[in-house]
Amino acid sequence: MASVTVYGTPLSPAVSRVLACLFEKDVDFKLAPVDMAKGQHKSPDFLKLQPFGQVPAFQDELTTVFESRAICKYICNKYPEKGNQTLMGGRDGGLLAQTSVDQWLEAEGQSFNPPSSALVFQLAFAPMFGFKQDPAAIEQNEAKLANVLDVYDRRLGESKFLAGDDFTLADLAHLPNGHILVSKNEDLFMSRKNVGRWWVEISARPAWKKVVEMQNAPLG
Amino acid sequence: MAGVKIYGKPISTCTARVLLCLEEVGAEYQLVSINMPSGEHKGPAHLARNPFGQIPALEDGDLVLFESRAISKYVLRKYKESGTDLLKEGNLAESAMVEVWLEAESQQYNPAISPIVWQSLIVPKMYGGTPDQAIIDSSLEKLKKVLEVYEARLSKSKYLAGNFFSLADLSHFPFTRYLMITPYASVFESYPHVKAWWEDITSRPAFKKVSAGMLDS
Repeated sequence: MASVTVYGTPLSPAVSRVLACLFEKDVDFKLAPVDMAKGQHKSPDFLKLQPFGQVPAFQDELTTVFESRAICKYICNKYPEKGNQTLMGGRDGGLLAQTSVDQWLEAEGQSFNPPSSALVFQLAFAPMFGFKQDPAAIEQNEAKLANVLDVYDRRLGESKFLAGDDFTLADLAHLPNGHILVSKNEDLFMSRKNVGRWWVEISARPAWKKVVEMQNAPLG
Repeated sequence: MAGVKIYGKPISTCTARVLLCLEEVGAEYQLVSINMPSGEHKGPAHLARNPFGQIPALEDGDLVLFESRAISKYVLRKYKESGTDLLKEGNLAESAMVEVWLEAESQQYNPAISPIVWQSLIVPKMYGGTPDQAIIDSSLEKLKKVLEVYEARLSKSKYLAGNFFSLADLSHFPFTRYLMITPYASVFESYPHVKAWWEDITSRPAFKKVSAGMLDS
């Protein structure tokens, strides 16, 4: 019985971030498609769920939540006993473990996300939707992302995953954009020894593979 | 409880975010100044605290933290016995709303407002440069769309996460404080509920104290 509905398409990086979390936590859900080509995300009904007119939105019997990272935290808080129990730092880790996850989740949101999203748009979505690519934007964002990945490479030389010894939301948050970027330019990640090791490991997780299957599933 | 150390500057937006939390919970802290013009933030001592070479960083015993929103949560959790509850972690639905509007600040509000503050205030004042009006103009359009959403929300809810003041509201303070000393402050006039919310949160003693350490022009 699924009281959980996620609104959006698995091809959206932000939606796939939430799906990865739901699969990690073994929480059943229903995916309600949002037809962005027809502007459904700007319809009055959808704006009641997500006032910025973006996907994903998440609804259960208790509340409606938006912003993918907030949704992931809610899922972890609501289902502490289900599935992966170390996504937010683990039950015995306490405040320090939780804080480390928060720190690296912020690093993803503030430092990794902007240049990686710009590159995902330029390298994947622009050609897909017939927009012209901007070589200057590609170059600038690759340079910014390279600096971020250099920091990650040093961190991942000392720590198995970003927040510590366990895979957490901080790593998971990188899967959507990472997946697209590695398919377009594997060098960015794989030329850095520790980032490459980390990427191979996190992208091999069964929960992420289920998300990729959903992304590759034929429409209709 | 021994106090924490914050490495940063009182005029810095992200440092101010953390100082606000410390003031709200009434914690003891020491602010250690980082000399940005001399590049201290990119030197090895500070990179050991914040590998991205940014301010603020927090030190609490052996714990070292970066990212102001993560530091803010740490401070609020550490001092939750103070009676100031800006995270509502005891309530699933309320804490969800705090996270939603904190993410909205991070992902919608901040990307729209920070280029305006950066170009119109920081570039000329700190770097002696010329503001890029095209960036300011396109950011203002983005900010107006965000403020429309906030206006609708704050027409139904006294604060962003609900009828309680939270970290979600607090997190908006630093860049908004600086927008208010640029020519673009008037954009808030078109959004009366947002303006009323701003006047309410800035009347808090913690806000007045931290504001006094920030730039006035």
